[in-house]
Amino acid sequence: MRRHILSILLENEPGALSRVAGLFSARGYNIESLAVAPTQDPSMSRMTLVTWGSEEVIEQITKQLNKLVEVVKLIDLSEGSHIERELLLLKVKVATANQREEVKRLVDIFRGRIIDVGDATYTIELTGACDKMDAFLKAVEASLIIEVVRSGVSGIGRGQKSLYL
Amino acid sequence: MNDATSQPETMTGAEILVNSLVQEGVDIVFGYPGGSVLHIYDAMFKQKQIRHILVRHEQAAVHAADGYARASGRTGVVLVTSGPGVTNTITGIATAYMDSIPLVIITGQVPTSLIGNDAFQEVDSVGISRPCVKHNFLVNDVKKLAETIKKAFYLAASGRPGPVLVDIPKDVTAHRSVFEYPGNIEIRSYKPILNGHPGQIRKAVDLLLSAKRPMIYTGGGVVLGNGSKELVELTKLFGYPITQTLMGLGSYPATDPQFMGMLGMHGTYEANMAMHECDVLLAIGARFDDRVTGDVKTFCPQAKIIHVDIDPSSISKNVRVDIPIVGTVDRVLQDMIKAVQESDRKPDVEALAAWWKQIEAWRATKCLRYDRKSPLIKPQFVIEKLYELTQGDAYITSDVGQHQMFVAQFYKFTKPRRWINSGGLGTMGFGMPSAMGVKLAFPNETVVCITGDASIQMCIQELSTCKQFDLPLKIVNLNNGYMGMVRQWQEMFYDKRYSHTYLEALPDFVKLTESYGHIGMLIEKPGDVENALREALALQNRLVFLDFKIDPSENVYPMVAAGKGQHEMILSPYQEERELA
Repeated sequence: MRRHILSILLENEPGALSRVAGLFSARGYNIESLAVAPTQDPSMSRMTLVTWGSEEVIEQITKQLNKLVEVVKLIDLSEGSHIERELLLLKVKVATANQREEVKRLVDIFRGRIIDVGDATYTIELTGACDKMDAFLKAVEASLIIEVVRSGVSGIGRGQKSLYL
Repeated sequence: MNDATSQPETMTGAEILVNSLVQEGVDIVFGYPGGSVLHIYDAMFKQKQIRHILVRHEQAAVHAADGYARASGRTGVVLVTSGPGVTNTITGIATAYMDSIPLVIITGQVPTSLIGNDAFQEVDSVGISRPCVKHNFLVNDVKKLAETIKKAFYLAASGRPGPVLVDIPKDVTAHRSVFEYPGNIEIRSYKPILNGHPGQIRKAVDLLLSAKRPMIYTGGGVVLGNGSKELVELTKLFGYPITQTLMGLGSYPATDPQFMGMLGMHGTYEANMAMHECDVLLAIGARFDDRVTGDVKTFCPQAKIIHVDIDPSSISKNVRVDIPIVGTVDRVLQDMIKAVQESDRKPDVEALAAWWKQIEAWRATKCLRYDRKSPLIKPQFVIEKLYELTQGDAYITSDVGQHQMFVAQFYKFTKPRRWINSGGLGTMGFGMPSAMGVKLAFPNETVVCITGDASIQMCIQELSTCKQFDLPLKIVNLNNGYMGMVRQWQEMFYDKRYSHTYLEALPDFVKLTESYGHIGMLIEKPGDVENALREALALQNRLVFLDFKIDPSENVYPMVAAGKGQHEMILSPYQEERELA
């Protein structure tokens, strides 16, 4: 069992996303996260799907995805060197000067940014790979956390390795 | 239109649809009208090229189109209304999907302005059909209609075939547009692979020629891919034994000595044993279904496996294979034949002789033996007689259960596309409507639906369609008063607790058939079987329903119990008695 990041070019059509999601639920595959938005070509979307499974399962997943008529192309980013990024938006309680200080310090360490300040809240923005988000969330005192919003992973291959039509 | 600046002539969406079907060469549509398709039915009324067959339930429309497609190799077409019209088709669509049958299902939808409003007879047709279609479309603009129909037919029939649903809102069928039917269609995200990889083919042929105990195992893909001729040629060239799945029967002549019978749960002893002992397995257009493999952990334990399939996702799905070859079955087999002819190697004659000797020993168990002296009609006997009388040349459809297995075991199919049954989904109710489709595709051929007293009642209403459109089917009802296959499992695995498998209130099928305007016959003695069949087959212009009262205790043997290995077969107790005697 290993984590895989699948990068998919998909026709930007209504229902295409539900076909991908439906495939995973119908065949009992796991989805850890899924991020999708149109590309520079508005007729196509780019999807990054994080899943895990044995080699056999991942092979079936990629074959079944390729079989969907609306899937134009796909690669398994985790087979080569790649970059993965995720956006985290986090709202925390900061009632005391001490808490404000502590949160500010953590945000600096993780190279995040405080993007909104309320009467007793900070809203923090952080980007990075998945494990950095996990580490940050672990470092922040749990009782301070009000909201966690994660975008899901987006990925891209390093260097020459590209996914395009 | 005498003005040079006038607009080009337009048509309604309904007319565009009908004209598109004509462009696709559609001659028959199976359907049922309703509110959302009234414009389409009006356009159908005004034309002469396409015949519409009005069924009595939408499920039957899909099964009929399916039977038409399986027998003729052409794409079957269905037209139904929104809401319940669509939901009734789902069983039929799923049936076709599981067996990879090319269908285009046109469904009406509520007007675009009402979609999502829970309107009268609204259902999310694209959503509800999504898991059981190859692809589907919602057409929200009349300008896209012709192109979508073109795509639907292309997708349905190419690559691994399957059903494609096109959902058309009522207002789209009323809107007008210029009709231009695209000549060719390119779908950038859909490019089926046609030719097998030459290196893989060479490797496969080398492996096959080095085999000591080779086995060929083929499925429905050979039938669908029209690869029967090539399969026979290659099998003859090798001289290897061949077995087929339920869906593969007919693509290799069952009368040929190299044919080992069907394999799998109710396959022959020799086929399953040879699978278990073989050292090289050539699988063609088959998908290692659980009814074939039994327990995958003990499936073909000694074999190197070559798998030829059009669908990459079929390869190594259930069983790891050593040499995958993706391509159309006819092209790959042609390439393999050439590679065998060009190879310096020849099949190992000595090893092969020993292998055939072993196979003959397995054959000697005569695993399909049954009690021919029984005072009750044996279902196997009915099928054997039917086979003799039709010389194996009839189109046979079936429902699902014991009778289906008896046909697979006892009717020796010698041509592809003659054996029409629901293999993957196992849909009771498939038999009669699919036979209607076959008969419409081949009006001059004998079409027999072999069914049981439980299955036939699932679409019995189609006797009415058969009357209206004059479809002289022969219906062979193997009536044991039970859901036979379920009863068999209850007898064998549930201590004979026959929970809800006895149909205590069966109709008088003869009277029922007669009330629909057909001929019914009741046959209760083994001695009357042959004459009844003869008489029914001679009545070429009438539908005849033959109600055979058969031995209710008969079971299908051999049997690989669920979860067991393919070599662990339960054999007929009748045979065991013989061996003891």
